[in-house]
Formats: sequence, C-alpha cells, structure tokens
Amino acid sequence: MITLALYIWLLPLLAFVIQIFLGKRLPRKGDFISITAIGISYLLSILLFVQMLTNYNPEFYITAAVPWLQVGSFNINMGIYLDNFAIVMLLVVTTVSFWVHIYSIGYMHGDPRYNRFFAYLSLFSFSMLGLVVLDNLFGIFIMWELVGICSYLLIGYYFEKDSAANAGKKAFIVNRVGDFGFLIGLLIVFTTIGSFSLLDVQQGVAQGKLTGGLLTAAGALLFCGAIGKSAQFPLHVWLPDAMEGPTPVSALIHAATMVAAGVYLMARITFMLSFDAMLVVAYTGGFTALFAATIAITQFDIKRVLAYSTISQLGYMIMAIGVGSYTAGFFHLTTHAMFKSGLFLGSGSVIHAMHNAMEKVGVHEDPNDIRLMGGLKNKMPVTYYTFLIFTLAISGIPFFSGFLSKDAILGGTLAFAMSQSNPVHYLLPFFGFTAAIITAFYMFRLVIKTFLGEPQRPDFYKHVHESQKVMTIPLMVLSTLSIFIFYTLPSLNPISAEHGWFEHLIEKPESAVSIQLGHPVLEISEHVAHSAHVNGMLVSIIFALTGIVLAFAFYFWKKVDVEALTGKIKPLYDLSFHKYYFDEIYNATFVRGLLLWNNFLAWFDLKIIDGIVNGSAFITRNFSAFSGLFDLGFIDGIVNGVADITQGIGQRARKIQTGQVQHYILGALAGLVLIMVFVLM
Amino acid sequence: MNSLLPYLITAGIVFTLGIFTIIYKKNAVGVLMGVELVLNSVNLNFIAFARFVDYQLNGQLISIFIIILAAAEAAIALAIILNIYRLKTTVDVTQVSEMKN
Amino acid sequence: MEMQEILFYAILAFTIFSAAIVAFANKIIYSAFALLFTFIGFAGLYVFLGADFLAVTQIIIYVGGILVLILFGILLTQKIYDLKALAAHNPLFLSLSGGLFVAIILAVILSKNPWFRLVDKALNPTTSAIGKAILTDYLLPFEIASVLLLGALIGAVYLARVEGKKK
Repeated sequence: MITLALYIWLLPLLAFVIQIFLGKRLPRKGDFISITAIGISYLLSILLFVQMLTNYNPEFYITAAVPWLQVGSFNINMGIYLDNFAIVMLLVVTTVSFWVHIYSIGYMHGDPRYNRFFAYLSLFSFSMLGLVVLDNLFGIFIMWELVGICSYLLIGYYFEKDSAANAGKKAFIVNRVGDFGFLIGLLIVFTTIGSFSLLDVQQGVAQGKLTGGLLTAAGALLFCGAIGKSAQFPLHVWLPDAMEGPTPVSALIHAATMVAAGVYLMARITFMLSFDAMLVVAYTGGFTALFAATIAITQFDIKRVLAYSTISQLGYMIMAIGVGSYTAGFFHLTTHAMFKSGLFLGSGSVIHAMHNAMEKVGVHEDPNDIRLMGGLKNKMPVTYYTFLIFTLAISGIPFFSGFLSKDAILGGTLAFAMSQSNPVHYLLPFFGFTAAIITAFYMFRLVIKTFLGEPQRPDFYKHVHESQKVMTIPLMVLSTLSIFIFYTLPSLNPISAEHGWFEHLIEKPESAVSIQLGHPVLEISEHVAHSAHVNGMLVSIIFALTGIVLAFAFYFWKKVDVEALTGKIKPLYDLSFHKYYFDEIYNATFVRGLLLWNNFLAWFDLKIIDGIVNGSAFITRNFSAFSGLFDLGFIDGIVNGVADITQGIGQRARKIQTGQVQHYILGALAGLVLIMVFVLM
Repeated sequence: MNSLLPYLITAGIVFTLGIFTIIYKKNAVGVLMGVELVLNSVNLNFIAFARFVDYQLNGQLISIFIIILAAAEAAIALAIILNIYRLKTTVDVTQVSEMKN
Repeated sequence: MEMQEILFYAILAFTIFSAAIVAFANKIIYSAFALLFTFIGFAGLYVFLGADFLAVTQIIIYVGGILVLILFGILLTQKIYDLKALAAHNPLFLSLSGGLFVAIILAVILSKNPWFRLVDKALNPTTSAIGKAILTDYLLPFEIASVLLLGALIGAVYLARVEGKKK
C-alpha cells in the first residue's frame, strides 16, 4: 500500500518534469502526459479506496519512514502515513484533479501556453498529494509552500493582465502572513517534542512534553497557516482576487483542494488542540462562514459569488474542527470538493460560452457578469441541470451530498453549544444556521440570474452554445458524485449518513491533550449529540427551503422589488457590495500606514528637527549681532589666523592624496613596517 | 617536507613576491595577480599551521572561505577593470587618479 | 634523500620560480601563465600537507575559475601585441624596496619563533570531515559566503554590463 501511495504521489511529478522540459515539442503540446499520470494516480487511488472498504477497519493505519536530513544531532525523517483519512483525501484530490485535467483540454484549447498550464497542474497535483500522504509536519510544510507556489503561478497565469499578476502577488503575500505563524508553530513543536512526525507529536503531547499556554499557542499558530491557506477571516482577501486565474484552476485549487489543505491540516493536528485553541478555531470558522456569505449576496461576478461561497463553506469546515466534529468537518470537505469544483467548472462552461458568443458579435464586456446572462437554461441544458444539482447540494437539500455533511456540522455546533455551560457559545450554531439560509439564498440568486428568466442581452444570446463533450462530461461525473448515495452506503437513508461507510471509517483520533490532562478536552454526551442532530436537521431543512423561496420571490417571481429594497438599506448593501471595505482597510492601514509613517518621519525631520535647528540658529544670530562688534575686531583675528594655518596645512596635505592605488599600498606598507618595528624591538 | 619551516619560507617568499607585484605592475590585471599570490601564500600558511600546530581542520576551513572570497573578489575586480577600460580605454592604474586631491 | 622529498623540494622550487616570473615578467600574458603554474604548485604543496580536498578545490577554483577570469580580463582589455603599453612598470627600485621591507619583517618573525620543532601527524582524508564541519560549526560563515557570492555575482553582472543598449 505504501508503494501504491508513492506511485500516486510521484507520477504527477514525473509528468511535470517531462512537461516543463519537453512539453512544447510533443504532439498536442503534451497534455496527454499530465492526463495519463493523473489518470493512473486516480485509478490507484480507487484501488486503495477499495482496499480500505474491504478492510472496513476504522483503526487502520500504515506508516513507513526513511531518514531524510541528518546534520549532527538534528534529524528529520521523511515518510508516508496512510490511514482511512488520507486514503479518502487522496481519492478526493485525484478525482477532482483528473476531471479538471479533462475539462481543461476543452477550456484551455488554443491557449499559447497550453503545455505550461498542464505542467503546473501536474506540479500542483504532486504537491497536494504529498501534503496528504507525508507523515510529518515538516514535509507537510514543504508541500504546503509548493501548493502556494503553484497557486501563485496559476493565478498569475494570464500575467499579461496587470490584475492577474497583482492577484497572484496578493495571494502569495497574504499567505506569507499566515505561513509565518505556521512556521513559528512548527518551531514550538520541534523544540519541545524534538520531532516533526505526526505520531511522535501525538505521543509527545500525550506524555506532557508540550503543555499549557505553549500548547494552545502552538495550536493557534499552526491554525494561522490554515487561516491563510483556507482564506479565513481576516486573511480571506486573496481568494476572491484569485479568480483572475483560469476557471479550471479555480475549480481545482481554489475550491476543492488547496484551500481545503488548511482544513486538512487542522484535522491532522486536531489531537493537539487545547480547549482554548479549539475555541479560536471554531469562532474564526463560524464568523468567516457568516461573514463571507453576506458578501456573496451582492456580487455580480459569477466566479466571485462562488469564491465567497467557498470561503463561507471553508468556514463551516474549520468551525466543525473547532467544535470537535472532526468527522463532519472532513465529510463536508469531501462533499464540498465535489460540488464546488462542479460549480466552478459549470461557471467556466458558462463563461466560455459567453466569451465565444461575445467575440462573435464583437461585444467587449465582462463575460463573468451575471447581469448580462439570463435564460441560458435553454441554450446550455447540460450545464444548467448539473449546476442545479450542485446548487441543491450546497444549499443543503436532502438527497444531495451537501445536506448530509452540512447537517452533521450544524448538529455538531449545536451539540457543542448545548454541552457548554456558557450560553455565549450558542453564537456558533447561530453563525452556522444564518449562513445556511444565506447560502441557499445567494446560490439560487445565482442560478436564477444566470439560467432562468429572460435573456438580458438578446444581441449575443443567440450565439451562446452548449460546451463541448470534454467539458460537460466532467460536470456530469461530478454531479453524480453529489448524490447522497455515494456517502451513505451501505445504508440508503437519504437524510443521515450515520450508518454510512464514511462515518464508520473516519474516526476522530483520540485527543492527546485529553490523555495529558487526564480528563476529556471536550465532553459531548451521546444523548446531546443525538438530539442536536435531529433538531439541527429539521431547522436546517427549513432554513434552506426558506432561503430558496426567498431567492425565487426576489429574483424570479419579482414579488419584492430588489432595486427599491437595496435603495432602502443602501448602507448595508454598500457594505456587502464592497466586501466590508476590507481591501480598502488593508490598503489604508497596512500599506498606507507604512507610507504615512515614512511621511511622518519626513515631516518630523523637516519641521521639528529643522525647527529646533533654525530656532537655535535664530537665537544664536541675535546673540551674535550683539557680540559681533566685539568679535570683528579681536576674536576674528585669532580665528582667521587659526583658519589660515589649517587651510595652509590642508593645502599641503592634500598633495598626499595622489589618487594612485599603489602609493596607498606603499603607505600601508610603511605603516606595517613601523608597527612591526615597534612590536619586535 | 615533514616540518613546518619549508612551507613557511615558501609562503613568505611568495607573499613578498605578491606584494612586490602589486607595487611593480602598472597593469590593473597584474595588480590583481599580485593579490592572488598574496592570498595563496596566506592559504598555504593556514593549511600548514592546521597540519603541524592545530592538528584540526580549522585552518583548512578558513582557507576554503579565503578561496571563496578570492573568487568573489576576482570577479568584482575584473568587472571594475572592464568598466575602467570602457571609460578610459586603459588599464594602467597610474592613469586612473580620479581620487587625486 | 627519498624520492618523495626530492619531489617536494622540486615543487617548492617550481612554485617559487613561477611566482617570480609572475612578478618580473614583462608581458602581462606571461605573468598570467606563470600564475597558472604557481597555482598548480600550491595544489601540490596542499597534497603534501594532507589537504586533499583543498588541493582539488585549488585546481578547480583557481585554475579553472579565477585564472580563466584573469585571462579574459587581459584579452578584453588590451591588444596583446601592443608592447609599448605593456612593458611599462613602476620604478623597479621603489617596488623592490617595498618587497624588501616585507621580506625583512617575515624573516624576523620566522627567526624569532621555534616553529621547526613541531611534530607531524598521520595523513587522513579530509573531505567528509570538512563537509561535516561546514554544515555544523561553520554553518554561519558558510551561509554568509553564499550570500557574498550571490552579491558578487549580481554586482559583477551589474558592473560589467553595457549600458544604454535598450531595445
């Protein structure tokens, strides 16, 4: 199995190497190499997955390591750690990656840097798979940075456009902020426990090598990395801009896999989170879920809506990890990867069609703008129906995958709040449920504006066509994977995955912190969990339906005048439309702050220092005026005399400076001789 | 061969020749060669001391760093010489006296 | 006298002789080639000192790198056969006296210390020991040296490039 995992991991690297060096000269610019590599990885992942299902053992894990870096007493082992969790993640990554590869054949067709695109996709697949299979935090960190690089390269793929180049830089720099925390967290772990390996860290924490405030700090700092990578508040600003990249990239990296890496990391280190660290995680995630959802309501760019939706859903997952619903969080990661990458690919199909139609008519407008769409249902039936399935899934409607996982998270937060004595923690389910209703609302707003209703721009509407097979087949596959049945087997219950393979095989690892403390970090009784689950399910169905009905009332039946309403709540609308002015705030504080500080220093120099100097000069001048008469006669004589002497000496001494290098060397030599004579005598 | 002195004497002679070269040559490249001679003789000293006095590797390591420095210095010096040649079409150090007075 | 010892003194003489040619040759190109032999002579001495790694480094960096640089410097900066410009030297007497001072100082230092009493130690290969030392005790200077080389690289490119040839 280890060998299988190695093949899965390293094949895309091989493809990358071939692609980057030879891609241009190969037939079809070598896209088949990347696709074959990821295809084999995909098949092998399925093989692993089948083995896991036949084992059907929640406790299963296997690990192997080799010494990787040995300098003096400093040792790092590099190895593979496979458990059910990693196997499922491998399958998720390879599935999405493979179908995105296929989709890209159509979407990127005719691009001048076609081979480079595929090379980057391969490199990304390699790094992401490495992040999943490696057994130690250091390796995870390396892969973490590699996926960051790939993200940078692919966001800035159309680097001729300034906005794309800037978006790439922004993503990279914002991630640096988070990664700084990650690095410090790693250092804390290594200095206290002396190993990066996940198993060693787990044992180390259990044995009490890392305790108290430092443990909380380590957890929170590692979480900083996740905040950056998973675009959580307050470092969420890069993800919407990352939509400048090609759409398949958004689907693969910025919806399904890389941004989920933060969640993956948090799940991996969930055993070392103390209660306080968990609270930080939970509140960050919960707040982000609600916060991003409110922005998504007012955006008009189809990809930006999806981007904010991604941030919001990632918030859900992070919150789930924070409240101890480990399985639910990872479950949502899995289902979300399927339907959100599907949504992005669907939007890509729409954008592609819009772009081609606009080119035919000669209109130069933004093909991403949903105000220019409408009525696309008749023109692009496959895209529409798959998009609808994904939307139903993300909104949390029963019979679709999203319902199962989102419901598990909401139940988890409710159970958490119910088992805590402090009523403030009811904020978490509040965040979750409110975000759920808003999610349903904005997703259906998107569907109605894009696919239903009347065409907004008849001039190029008639030129819109359904995309090629190579783009629609991935959509169909992913939409099939958004049906509940794949997650609930062997039971066929559409509203609960309790008895499905997923909840059976993915088991929350025992908290090392609990062992260290001698009592559980978080105690949620079976009874509370069950009642929370049932209540949460009912409420979440009602909320999702309410959101959908509201969306139809607003945008389809036009029962409510949207224009008038936005007019009435203008300040709120503006706040949401401008993303709570976060870019502006960061510009005004961090970027401008630095400039202001510089200006202040310049001002200080000009006004204060110069003022003091000038002031003292003024006083001195007045004083001088009085003593001047006396000076002129007597003192000046002496001063001038001294000055004349100095000048005379200077005039003569200047001759020593010949400008000849060798004379200087002779001088140095003479000095050396003098010193040696002095020392030796 | 099994004592320190021959090495030290050699290093001393080459050092002297290096200093002499630096002063004697008018050509900037020649001056640079003198510098290389000096650095080499110092290296020889370090290695000889490492073998006969220190019994450890420290001397050799320092000479490694000296070699690195010499490489960097040669590259920069030649770049400067090329620039001077381009500006004044000469590499005669006695002709380059912008720093005079 | 053993064969080894004869070889040793031969190399010594060879090194000093080539260094003298470097110093006294009239044509700069002769100096450059004499410098090549000086470097090789030094490498030979390093071998006698048991510094195998350094001997190889000496050949690679000095002979392969710096000397080639110097030759390029000579070729790029002048016409080789322009004898008038090349033969010009500073006054011999002044230079010799400068060298003499140095020689006297060194001689005094050498004669004042009882260095020749020291004993020898066994010869061991040093490459792996140097590698370990560089990555442990000498890690900081090693890193600084790498930064220095980078700086020198960029600086040399910046200084030597031809300005004003923008497209």
